Amino acid sequence: MPIKVSKLTHIYDEGMPTEQVALEDVSFTVEDGEILGIIGHTGSGKSTLLQHLDGLLKPNSGSILIGDVDITKPGVSLVDIRKRVGLVFQYPEYQLFEETVEKDVAYGPGNLGLSQEEISERVREAITLVGLDFDTVKDRSPFELSGGQKRAVAIAGVIAMRPQVLILDEPTAGLDPKTHDDILNMIRTIHQRTGNMIILVSHNMGDIAEIADKVLVMDTGKAIAYGTPIEIFSKGEKLREVGLDLPPVTEFCRKLGIPETVLTVDQAVQKIKEFIGA
Amino acid sequence: MDKVITVEDLTFEYNRGENAEPVKALDGVSFEIDKGSFTAIIGKNGSGKSTLAKNLNGLLIPTSGSVFVEGYDTKDDEAIWEIRQRAGMVFQNPDNQLVSSIVEDDVAFGPENLGVDPAEIRRRVDKALEDVNMGEYKMKAPHLLSGGQKQRIAIAGVVAMRPEIIIFDEPTAMLDPKGRKEIMAIIKELHGEGKTVILITHFMEEAIEADRVIILNAGKILLDGAPEEIFKRVDEIREVNLEVPMMTDLGDRLIAAGIDVPKGIIREEDMVEAICRLKSQN
Repeated sequence: MPIKVSKLTHIYDEGMPTEQVALEDVSFTVEDGEILGIIGHTGSGKSTLLQHLDGLLKPNSGSILIGDVDITKPGVSLVDIRKRVGLVFQYPEYQLFEETVEKDVAYGPGNLGLSQEEISERVREAITLVGLDFDTVKDRSPFELSGGQKRAVAIAGVIAMRPQVLILDEPTAGLDPKTHDDILNMIRTIHQRTGNMIILVSHNMGDIAEIADKVLVMDTGKAIAYGTPIEIFSKGEKLREVGLDLPPVTEFCRKLGIPETVLTVDQAVQKIKEFIGA
Repeated sequence: MDKVITVEDLTFEYNRGENAEPVKALDGVSFEIDKGSFTAIIGKNGSGKSTLAKNLNGLLIPTSGSVFVEGYDTKDDEAIWEIRQRAGMVFQNPDNQLVSSIVEDDVAFGPENLGVDPAEIRRRVDKALEDVNMGEYKMKAPHLLSGGQKQRIAIAGVVAMRPEIIIFDEPTAMLDPKGRKEIMAIIKELHGEGKTVILITHFMEEAIEADRVIILNAGKILLDGAPEEIFKRVDEIREVNLEVPMMTDLGDRLIAAGIDVPKGIIREEDMVEAICRLKSQN
């Protein structure tokens, strides 16, 4: 069930002196089982775009088809959208509020009108999927957990809704290097197990290079480029013009004068070997 | 070399109410900071690094042990203004640090509270805003600025108080890559002008800019030394959930693949040079 975003336009304060075009004719498609990375400088329209995908904002024009349902249409209820799209905000651990991990993760599915057994099963599944041991953490207060575990619990709360599309906004921001890798691996695991589509917004070009199948580049409300990580990160100049960087390892290999676009340290080792003619 | 901060056997515990055991965030930490030095403090989430930062200017007071800032004991209530004038602090979230609706008023807030003469405040505010390249924004509203710009205003507010020491507690964690670069450039500049800088960070690429790196783990100092020395100890660093700088990692893998670059390179330009030298030999 692909997502098809067509000519999405959003204008804040239309007709007022403060009018601002936040999205302009944004179109892209995410195919089944793909991970899409969205990159863009602060203020490029990424957050506005996410809020449309989650039904929090309605566009001035354009459509978002998830399968055969256009979620921008007036008749579509938020509950219907929530069943399809799960959005994990930045610093989602700030949204934890329940007494126990189990209750916190159960809050979302509890609002879908499911049976108690169904909710329990989903909660167990979601907590396991984010890499935590259900029986160890279920009765603990989410506030006693480490930063990375808190974030994992918050993500489990969204996964328990079983969305077809999982959107993560800066999921690794503010984490130490190990926890950062844990969360990235967790996203890969969720993707492999559930086969859902994942949309990942990140300032971390290394993460995008490593995990995304396709990359969408946003600038001043427009989608200015779309392609595979190799295609996108071979356009260093264009990215720099819109205030973005290459992944550090890609940048380094460019500085050395290696002609190919390198995305991982392993590839870099191989290319450097060829480069020095060893 | 003059010592501007002396930390002696510092232990800090957070109380968790009557029925719970206190949590020991720092456990017998001792070190000294040289005047004009640039020290990076790194450690995983929960290692005690932010608690340490807050102990360095008297925002937190040691449970046991002592912290002296230019000779003033942070436990001495009378000395707290002396300490805050000497050791300024920049926090992670710029939104939590701005108090006024106009940029220049915000920067003036600190020196005003120190009772500085108005004409002198004017000079300090203008200079501080220039130092962070925000002079042209002085009449703007802070909430309309980007995260990086807001953080620069927060730094200007500290600079205007003319502290000897500036402590940065993960100042770039919430910023985008452009904002992060802006802030690192300013930190290096302030150090270049002679300020003593202490930078708490998760980013190894920032830590290698310092002339000394302290790694904290579970409330204790694990390693302390020059970045070139510290990052050679890859296994110990990975053991405590930290990464080494990308160049160190690349260097190790190149050596493992039979490419003879020197061990322990941490900076990009050094690695480029080493690789080009090998290429010219072949």
